[in-house]
Amino acid sequence: MAPSRAVGVGLNMAGSDMAGTDSGWETVIGLEIHAQLATRSKIFSGSATAYGALPNTQANLVDLGYPGVLPVLNGEAVRMAVCFGLAIGARIAPRSVFARKNYFYPDLPKGYQISQYELPIVAEGVLEVVLDDGVRKRIGITRAHLEEDAGKSLHEGLPGLTGIDLNRAGTPLIEIVSEPDMRSAREAIAYMKKVHTLVRYLGICDGNMQEGSFRCDANVSVRRRGAEQFGTRAEIKNLNSFRFVEKAINFEVERQIELIESGGKVVQETRLYDPDKGETRSMRSKEAANDYRYFPDPDLLPVLLEPAFIEAVRATLPELPDAKAARFVRDHGLSDYDAGVLTASREIAAFYEDVLQRVGSDPKLCANWVMGDFSAFLNRDNLEVGAAKVDAAHLAGLVSRIVDATISGKIAKEIFEAMWESGASADAVIEQKGLRQITDTGAIEAAIDEVMAKNPGQLADYRSGKDKLFGFFVGQVMKATGGKANPAQLNELLKAKLAG
Amino acid sequence: MSALPSLPAPTVAGLARGLLNGEYSSVELTRACLDRIAAGQPALNAFVTVTAEGALAAAQAADDARAAGRAGPLTGVPIAHKDIFCTEGVRTTCGSKMLADFVSPYDATVVSGLKAAGTVMLGKLNMDEFAMGSSNETSYFGPVRNPWDPALVPGGSSGGSAAAVAARLVPAATATDTGGSIRQPAALCGVTGIKPTYGRASRYGMIAFASSLDQAGLITVSAEDAALLLGPMSGFDPRDSTSVDSPVPDYMATLGDSLEGLTLGVVREFFDKGLDGDCEQRIREAIAVYERLGAKVREVSCPNLPLSVPTYYVVAPAECSSNLARFDGVRFGHRCDAPRNLADLYSRSRGEGFGAEVKRRIMTGTYVLSAGYFDAYYLKAQRVRQLISADFARAFADCDLLLGPTSPTTAFAIGAKCDDPITMYLNDIYTIGANLAGLPAMSLPCGFAGGLPVGLQLIGPHFSEGRMLNAAHRYQQETDWHLRAPSVWA
Repeated sequence: MAPSRAVGVGLNMAGSDMAGTDSGWETVIGLEIHAQLATRSKIFSGSATAYGALPNTQANLVDLGYPGVLPVLNGEAVRMAVCFGLAIGARIAPRSVFARKNYFYPDLPKGYQISQYELPIVAEGVLEVVLDDGVRKRIGITRAHLEEDAGKSLHEGLPGLTGIDLNRAGTPLIEIVSEPDMRSAREAIAYMKKVHTLVRYLGICDGNMQEGSFRCDANVSVRRRGAEQFGTRAEIKNLNSFRFVEKAINFEVERQIELIESGGKVVQETRLYDPDKGETRSMRSKEAANDYRYFPDPDLLPVLLEPAFIEAVRATLPELPDAKAARFVRDHGLSDYDAGVLTASREIAAFYEDVLQRVGSDPKLCANWVMGDFSAFLNRDNLEVGAAKVDAAHLAGLVSRIVDATISGKIAKEIFEAMWESGASADAVIEQKGLRQITDTGAIEAAIDEVMAKNPGQLADYRSGKDKLFGFFVGQVMKATGGKANPAQLNELLKAKLAG
Repeated sequence: MSALPSLPAPTVAGLARGLLNGEYSSVELTRACLDRIAAGQPALNAFVTVTAEGALAAAQAADDARAAGRAGPLTGVPIAHKDIFCTEGVRTTCGSKMLADFVSPYDATVVSGLKAAGTVMLGKLNMDEFAMGSSNETSYFGPVRNPWDPALVPGGSSGGSAAAVAARLVPAATATDTGGSIRQPAALCGVTGIKPTYGRASRYGMIAFASSLDQAGLITVSAEDAALLLGPMSGFDPRDSTSVDSPVPDYMATLGDSLEGLTLGVVREFFDKGLDGDCEQRIREAIAVYERLGAKVREVSCPNLPLSVPTYYVVAPAECSSNLARFDGVRFGHRCDAPRNLADLYSRSRGEGFGAEVKRRIMTGTYVLSAGYFDAYYLKAQRVRQLISADFARAFADCDLLLGPTSPTTAFAIGAKCDDPITMYLNDIYTIGANLAGLPAMSLPCGFAGGLPVGLQLIGPHFSEGRMLNAAHRYQQETDWHLRAPSVWA
């Protein structure tokens, strides 16, 4: 999902809440989110991290795990992890340690992944999510640790062979591990979106899910409502869209409940979600799982962070989504919902504030335009905020013409569409199309007179008590004026004229 | 072999003077070394690869630099590198079938440092496979023989380096020391070996065995030669996070300092029942030399030192089991024929590419890191390692340097300990402690027992290389053991 696609879907969670509403079962979910850090070079080498290069063109000897090479930690990755930790109110470890996770796989060049195990850089944070019924829920974050990504195995176009692309090998990740605090797929999605918003606010991850920059594993179990013990969990690997997370969790919950109700037992295992079939299937059982033989990586020194460094990073943090939303509610009088939608994307929030500043009044009207037509058109055309032809100045120009009654809100939609296509200003479109609102009383009265003359039957009916025909006359006058009559004036004048 | 021309001087210092005075060119000197290498190779098997062409070109470049007035103290001095150091465009085997055809695309930092100082590389020296061994018998390229007696081992893992210097095929060689791999072969071959402080020289480009223990160093004829060569190969390397960012002192400047007031600690635990009586006698004689030089000698105890062998054989295999995982047949190194599937590719490539000792250590290391055993082995070994470090720290509160034997015996026969890994491992009982604590240490020739060289070990506090080289040099000015060469190779 491209970043702009998340606009306006911040808190709209579709889909059913499978076990949450079900009779006797409760779902328990924990997420492990992998966010690629937006550093220019890799976490332990100087290779570029840009996505989409030809296979193996961004892999140097360190990434290839050549004999004799050594990792050197990228300080920018550390800074970004600290940013995240501070943003979730977590404890930043003054001393964290890189460890080796040992297993063989062709896309893992060294035969081990450098990760953090016993001493992660970030521990014990919390995020508050707002569910679509307005309920707030706090989700604990056990830890977030730094690690390197693996490469990719390629099968397409290589019949009978596996290709290895190590461009991604060594890309920095933070793995964000939640507590098992979520009780439905919808809560999981709300949490995941919150993290997604946060990492993009912080500028530490581009959030691009199609390219795998932001993905998650879901630990899912079910238990009888009221039970104290968690059920046996299955881990669903590598979910790279919000929709897949939701579908995979719901499928898995149903599978586990059916299994238990038919007398079976859930086994602890790793499962893969197949988006084509919409189901999860077993990948490996706990018994067959690797013993990763973690131990501290002797090639890397412990990461020691001074309080002064942590405070310096804290000073660079931007206004975070929750604080921004609270300010929109407090200072602009927006609803919680509107503030939540606007702040789901840092770019959209900034765009809204830019529009509002230029208009100088009517925050709710500004918000409606940003969340409404503007976001809808972005989504329709799959554009980023900055890529649209309508910029903040243009949208502010349009809103201002509504505020000063040059145009009606209804005409404004037509004008907006023209602006979107042409990149012209609202005033230019208004002039060019002659869409200026008619506020001249005489002109409106003339139109009313003409309509009344053409519709004597309806006039008689109205005057004999058929009040509902008022709308008919409004429509006719609007039609006659090309929709440009000022609605308030029209109402007032029409009422007087019809009354005779 | 009696017709074999000897080198114009036995030491790097002497050869550097000859080059400086124009007594011979680097090309002439290099040719002489190449002739001796060619003559010595069938008997000693010290080299895996001889880079004659590259050596002569580098020697010519050194001569040109000297003619242009751009020569440093080491310009044109020929040396050879242990085949654990990556050398650009040159086969780098690490003594293994796994890398028998591996040509490194880059130079190790140690290699580029010595190259920048003007040294000429003659070739790559044989070694125990992946530096795992104490006798040089685990090399895929066959055992190296001891120049003092070809029926005996030269020690290991830097056996090729020690044998080549002892036979005067090369005046000096790089080597590495993970548990004694410089000092033990230096002792067994009657040459000088130095393992600097962990982090003094970069590990970048040095194929890893046990990362927390591996350290690059030198095998030379004299301590003075070690002082000459150590500077250019040392220092902080931004490509090795464990290299230490502290300035490299001028080791030559302090070489001749007086030993008046130096306190030497004789480590009681080194004089155990495993130490050969004649060897002990040579060490006692060396202590007497130091007393004559004005040093104060006292006995110290490092009570946890006897635990160093079992500690090492948990830590080192653990790290090696992970370090050697990259040799999987996918990107470089040996790959089995026609793999049936991924598991087959891994198991046959590794099964065919690694020798028995390497496999033994990978399996040991995999075991000690496994779930359920990690605490009992790896964590406990790390705790003992701390205790051993603390023992040394206490000893250095009262002493400037520690002293003892390098090896319990002189060189043993090829094949004698091959079937008994534990006995073989006990060869490193006196050397491993310095690796576990990251301390600098040396081995110096201090006489003979039964006609075979005996090594004296010095151990210093972190970054005391200057003081240690000074103490070694002063000893070598009082004695000539380091200048003795086997008569056939003299």
